[in-house]
Amino acid sequence: MELDPVLLSRIQFGFLITFHIIFPAFTIGLAAWLTVIEATRQVTGREIYRRLFDFWIRIFALSFGMGVVSGIVMAFQFGTNWSVLSEQTGSIQGPLLGYEAFTAFFLEASFFGVVLFGRDRVPAWFFLFACAMVALGTTASSFWIMANNSWMQVPVGHAIVDGHIVPVNWREIIWGPVFKIRWLHMLLAAYLTTATCVAAAGAWYLLRRVHVPEARLMLRWGLGLAAVVIMPQMWLGHLNGEYIGEHQPSKFTAVEGRWETEAPARLVLFAWPDAAAEKNHFEIAIPKLGSFVDSLDFESSQPGIKTIPRDERPPILIPFFGFRIMVGLGVLIWAIAWGGVVLILTGVVERSRLFLWATFLNFPSGFVAIIAGWFVAEVGRQPWVVFGILKTADAHTPTLTGGQVLGSLIGFAVVYLIVYGFGFAYLYRVFRVGPQSAPTPVPGATGARPLAGAGRLDDPSQPMED
Amino acid sequence: MDLATLQHFWAGIIAFAILVYVILDGFDLGVGMLFAFAPNERWREQMHASISPVWDGNETWLVLIGASLFGAFPMVYAIFLSAFYIPVTLLLFALIFRGVSFEFRHQDPAHRGLWDWGLIVGSAVATFVQGAAIGTMVEGLVVVDGRYAGTGWEWVGLFPILCGFGLMVGYMLLGACWLVLKCRGAVYIWAGDLIRPLLLGVLVFLGIAFVYALWSRFAVMARWVDLPWMAVLPATGAICAMLLYARGGQVRRDWAPFALVAIIFLAAFATLAASFWPYMLPFSVTVAEAAAPRSSLAFMFWGCGLVAFPAVLIYTAVVYWIFRGKVKTGAGYGH
Ligand code: HDD
Ligand code: HEM
Ligand code: HEM
Repeated sequence: MELDPVLLSRIQFGFLITFHIIFPAFTIGLAAWLTVIEATRQVTGREIYRRLFDFWIRIFALSFGMGVVSGIVMAFQFGTNWSVLSEQTGSIQGPLLGYEAFTAFFLEASFFGVVLFGRDRVPAWFFLFACAMVALGTTASSFWIMANNSWMQVPVGHAIVDGHIVPVNWREIIWGPVFKIRWLHMLLAAYLTTATCVAAAGAWYLLRRVHVPEARLMLRWGLGLAAVVIMPQMWLGHLNGEYIGEHQPSKFTAVEGRWETEAPARLVLFAWPDAAAEKNHFEIAIPKLGSFVDSLDFESSQPGIKTIPRDERPPILIPFFGFRIMVGLGVLIWAIAWGGVVLILTGVVERSRLFLWATFLNFPSGFVAIIAGWFVAEVGRQPWVVFGILKTADAHTPTLTGGQVLGSLIGFAVVYLIVYGFGFAYLYRVFRVGPQSAPTPVPGATGARPLAGAGRLDDPSQPMED
Repeated sequence: MDLATLQHFWAGIIAFAILVYVILDGFDLGVGMLFAFAPNERWREQMHASISPVWDGNETWLVLIGASLFGAFPMVYAIFLSAFYIPVTLLLFALIFRGVSFEFRHQDPAHRGLWDWGLIVGSAVATFVQGAAIGTMVEGLVVVDGRYAGTGWEWVGLFPILCGFGLMVGYMLLGACWLVLKCRGAVYIWAGDLIRPLLLGVLVFLGIAFVYALWSRFAVMARWVDLPWMAVLPATGAICAMLLYARGGQVRRDWAPFALVAIIFLAAFATLAASFWPYMLPFSVTVAEAAAPRSSLAFMFWGCGLVAFPAVLIYTAVVYWIFRGKVKTGAGYGH
């Protein structure tokens, strides 16, 4: 059988970026939250914030480390597997990635060393500054990468000269019609993910009746933040839907899952779309609601998938289900966050074991929603890599053979299995042990050493050997 | 600003970034390889403490090089990475194992050996690939119509492999000098004793590589005949090498060996660049051919070049300053 290098490269890219996004999804919010905790501690002087910081910094250190190594892989994927894309759009994507490296990656990487190792070497204000710089770095990173990807989704501000894409107006390229909404949607998604994880950790400790004072704070902060963020997030999601309706009808119709143009249009809640037969099986739909959701008007006409030529349709199943998973999880997060706030205000939250279990088990929701959202955006963009300009199949490195890509894909799978297998196990272990009130004593070379992230930070009692 | 200035500006920034990368990540890759020879955990801890706050920032220079090439010279980015598909993939595997080993070895004493080998093998493979890539580039890549048209296997040649091993010795030399700068006691003495043999290895290798380049590439030879004053570059390196050899590890100032090796690397790199300028990929793609359109170069110039780049230099320096002096090891690393 002939191996298709393009298909394999697509699988490889999807696999690598999916693994990568798990970590930014978490570290963007966590970096900001750690800065807030540190600031609170410096202002109030309360030790509990120090314990919270020392605990979450260990989680952060592990996640950040895995985020960095999986991110470095991404930075080279464009050239190795998509060399035609790099060469054609390098004049636009390259400077954006360049800005990311210059303004974001260096901030993160340099100040991360200070946050992790420098607490007793710098004054308190500088330590706080370093935390803030790490947070700023992760946020700047999301800014540039979303600008980049938004240009791929809705390319504007360029001209095509001799078959090459040449940037003309950088303001338009960066602040394109979809960027602002998508960036905010991504940022809030990251905050939601952090918030649900913090709340889940708090709920877990409360269920086990350990670390109760810290757990209370985590639960409150986590649920409170999620409750505040989830509503604007849903609104931004709606705006996202509006823009794809306007700019990417092929993605929009696939997400909506209606084959025929309808007026008024139904809202397809569930179905099994069949691309070959061009119809839905097992459909559950609500009349008129589709028109309302798409245009806030119960009677409007909405296009169907059949309006798109067959060879410009994306694979339907992934965007269709990805969207429903994302929205479903959004509703779940909303229910838990708002329910939790009510329980907190009425003072019964710590007795509602059922609710604590739900909050605990909710920890993966943010991650899954983010991955689902990205699958909607990226698979829905197919068959284009740069929408309307360059097809994915034409963007591939021409000299690559199927065997080479298969080899690298298997290699990455094995490496990630080992590295992330251990990594997730370590994360679990740190979560399981929980915040420590006193610095861990150091029992010789064989026993459990203080963890890399925090044990060393606050331990003046440790012997200095010179 | 005119187009040629912009092109040269970015070629200069990238050359500078490569140099900084080689010297900074060079020492931590070198220390990673030297890990293999450290006899016990006390030593390893000290060695580790000397690189752990800075390695991530050092490696970021590699990302910066990749991203700047992508932005300023997309053609080179595309050709280079498609020509080196397999080695770059190996490099990425190596960087993954190496990167996580820093956190993981402290999380999990039971598997510390595994992560230490991750650091050692990761450092070795990453270095080898970089050396082999330079060797392959000196030999020349097949480029047709601005696209790479080779087999993807050019890097498995005698010369590239030689360069791979040569760079391993070179980075270990940098690593040993870094340990002299940052460590005390037994590690300090051990690292000092390594300087002479490693330096000899580097010189033998550089000599072979230089002669080979002159002999196999007439264009290079012609350039050296035309511009004999360029000989100051290798000569500077040679003088530093002599100074370093004379002293070995017996130095009054612990920063001296590192500074001398840094100059040797600078001289070797400048010699290489001078041999091929204005080609970015030797004798197939020039700086001007590879450059992105003016609007891309200018856009990067104002923000990245004039604002962000100096800022990066400043806070890199600040971070090194914060962690200045000998490492103190005891219990937690970094103390
Ligand atoms: C919205 C967020 C987001 C998205 C969509 C991506 N990244 Fe990322 N990336 C981050 C947010 C981020 C981050 C939060 O800034 C990370 C995670 C952990 C870290 O150290 O920084 C990061 C790390 C990171 C690094 C390592 C930086 C370092 O050395 O410190 C590289 C090279 C990339 N990324 C490159 C990419 C590429 C090429 C992507 C797309 C194809 C990509 N990232 C998607
Ligand atoms: C971070 C979360 C992201 C996820 C989970 C994600 C997911 C995916 C998936 C699943 C594919 C394969 C689609 C297919 O072939 O059907 C893909 C392709 C691709 N995406 Fe993304 N993506 C993400 C972010 C980005 C970003 C930020 C960029 C650009 C800067 C990007 C650029 C690309 C490119 C170049 C391809 C390969 C060509 C293609 O198949 O379209 N992606 N992505
Ligand atoms: C509940 C209502 C929500 C709606 C209506 C909604 C809508 C959308 C739409 C239409 C897209 C596709 C945008 C594109 O193709 O470019 C998208 C993408 C995405 N969504 Fe949502 N979303 C919702 C909730 C969430 C939640 C709760 C999360 C995460 C916690 C999330 C995370 C993402 C991410 C990461 C992307 C990909 C990035 C992007 O394209 O902007 N979404 N969303």
